[in-house]
Amino acid sequence: MDLFRVLTDASPLLLKGLRMTVGITVLSLILAMVLGVITCLFAISESKPLRPLRWLAAFYVWLIRGTPMLVQAMYIFFAMPQLLEIISGRNVQISVFTASLVALTLNAGAYLSEIFRGAINAVNKGQMEASRSLGLSYGQSMIKIILPQAVRICLPSLVNQCIITLKDSTILYAIGLAEVMYYGKIYVGRTFESLATYTWIAIFFLVVVSLLSFISKRIERRLSL
Amino acid sequence: MAVNPSEMNEKNMAADTAETASEEQTVANGHKEKQIDRSDPKIVVRGLKKSFGTLDVLKGIDAEIDAGEVVCVIGPSGSGKSTFLRCLNLLETPTGGEIFVDGECITDRSADINKIRRHIGMVFQQFNLFPHMNVLDNITVAPTTLKILSKTEAESRARDLLGQVGLSDKADYKPSDLSGGQQQRVAIARALAMRPDIMLFDEPTSALDPEMVGEVLGVMKQLASEGMTMVVVTHEMGFARDVADRVFFIDEGIIMEQGTPEQVFGNPQNPRTQSFLKKVL
Repeated sequence: MDLFRVLTDASPLLLKGLRMTVGITVLSLILAMVLGVITCLFAISESKPLRPLRWLAAFYVWLIRGTPMLVQAMYIFFAMPQLLEIISGRNVQISVFTASLVALTLNAGAYLSEIFRGAINAVNKGQMEASRSLGLSYGQSMIKIILPQAVRICLPSLVNQCIITLKDSTILYAIGLAEVMYYGKIYVGRTFESLATYTWIAIFFLVVVSLLSFISKRIERRLSL
Repeated sequence: MAVNPSEMNEKNMAADTAETASEEQTVANGHKEKQIDRSDPKIVVRGLKKSFGTLDVLKGIDAEIDAGEVVCVIGPSGSGKSTFLRCLNLLETPTGGEIFVDGECITDRSADINKIRRHIGMVFQQFNLFPHMNVLDNITVAPTTLKILSKTEAESRARDLLGQVGLSDKADYKPSDLSGGQQQRVAIARALAMRPDIMLFDEPTSALDPEMVGEVLGVMKQLASEGMTMVVVTHEMGFARDVADRVFFIDEGIIMEQGTPEQVFGNPQNPRTQSFLKKVL
C-alpha cells in the first residue's frame, strides 16, 4: 500500500522534523511555565510598590493575546533585528531556532499566566485565611496551601495549553524552522505524495495529543481533591 | 472562697467564676480549676473601627478580655460580630483604634503579625480544612512549616489532639471523607497544634447539620474548662448561657450591652438586646 511505502521512504526526513517539533515544544513549555508563574505572581500582587510589575504583566498578556502567533513569529524573526539595529546601530542576527523558541515561549507564557491566575483565584478565599490564621506567611501559604490546590484546578487547562503549543509549533514553519511540516513539505516537493505525507503528519499529532490527554486524565484522577 | 462542686450547676459556675476574680475554683466536672486574673487583661480593644469603603461596620469597640475568660459574642447578622472577631487576629485590618494582646499593640505597623497569629487560633464557620492534605497533615502543616516542631513531634502532637477531639481513627482520612462535625473538630485540633493561648471561633456550628452541633460544642466546652481564653461568635444561645463568662451583644457596630450570661439573657437592659433575644430565644 502507498501509505506505508511513503512512511518508510519519508521516515528519515519526518523523524528529523518530529524531533525538532517535540524538542522545541518541550523546551518552550518549560521556559513558558517559569515565565507564566512569574507573570502570574506579578499579576496577582497587591502591594503598592509592585504596581508597575502588575502593569507589565497585564501589558504582556494583552500584547500576546491580541496578536496572532504567526505575526509574533514574523515580528521576532524579521522585524526585531531591524528594530535592534535602529536602536544599537549594529547588525543583529537572530537564528531561526532562537526566534522560534522565543515566539513559542512568549506565546505560551502569556496564556499559562492567565491559566495560573485563574486557578489561584479559584482556590477558596478561606484557604488563605485559615493558613494565615495559623501564622504562616503569605509566601508559605502560597507554596503549601494555595499553589498545590491551584495546580489541581489548572491541570486540564494546562494540558490543553501544552497541546495548543505543540500544534502551534507548526506555524514556525513560516519562518523556516526545520520542524515536521518543513520536512513534510520538502518530501512532498520531491515526490508529490501529498496525501500520504500529510496523513502521517496528522496521525503523528493525533497520537501525541491522545497520549497527552490520556496521561492528564490519569494524573487528574490521582490528584482529585 | 470554697465552693462545693456538687452544689453548683454549670450555669452558676460560669457566672460565679466571672465574678470571683483571681480565685481558684473546683468545678462541677472535677478536673477544672479556673482562674481569671482581672488585673492584666489578655486582650484589650480600644476604639476599634472598621469600614469597608463607605460602610462603617465597627464604630468604636472597647473591650477587655482576661486570660482564661470565655466571651460569647451575639447579635443580629450584619452587626459586625464576625468583623470584630476577625480584627482580633488582623484577618481584617482595622481602620481605627488599637488592639493589645498580652500588652503588645498588634495594630502597630511594626508588629510581626505572623508571630502574633501563632498564639491566636481561629476556627471558621466553613471549617476551611486544606482539602489536598489528609487530616494528620492538616494538623501538622503549621508547626512543621514554621519549624516549631519536627515532623515526628508534630505528628505525635497531632495524634494527641485527634484523641482529644475524639477522632483518633481518622488521621489518614481526607477532609472530604469526613462529616461537617468531624471536619470542624479537625479544624479545632489544627488550631490547637500551634499551642495558642487564645482561640477565636467564628460561628463554628452555623454550617453544621443540627445533629452535629453537639459534638463540636462539646469539644469547645472541654477547651473552655481547661482555661483557654476564648472569643466565640455564635448563635448558640444555650452554649453562650452555659459556657460564657461574659456575653457581648453587638449591634450596629458597637457593643450595645455586655455582662454575665445571667445579666444579658436574664435581665437585658438595652431595648435592642431585649428585642434580639425575644426573636432568637
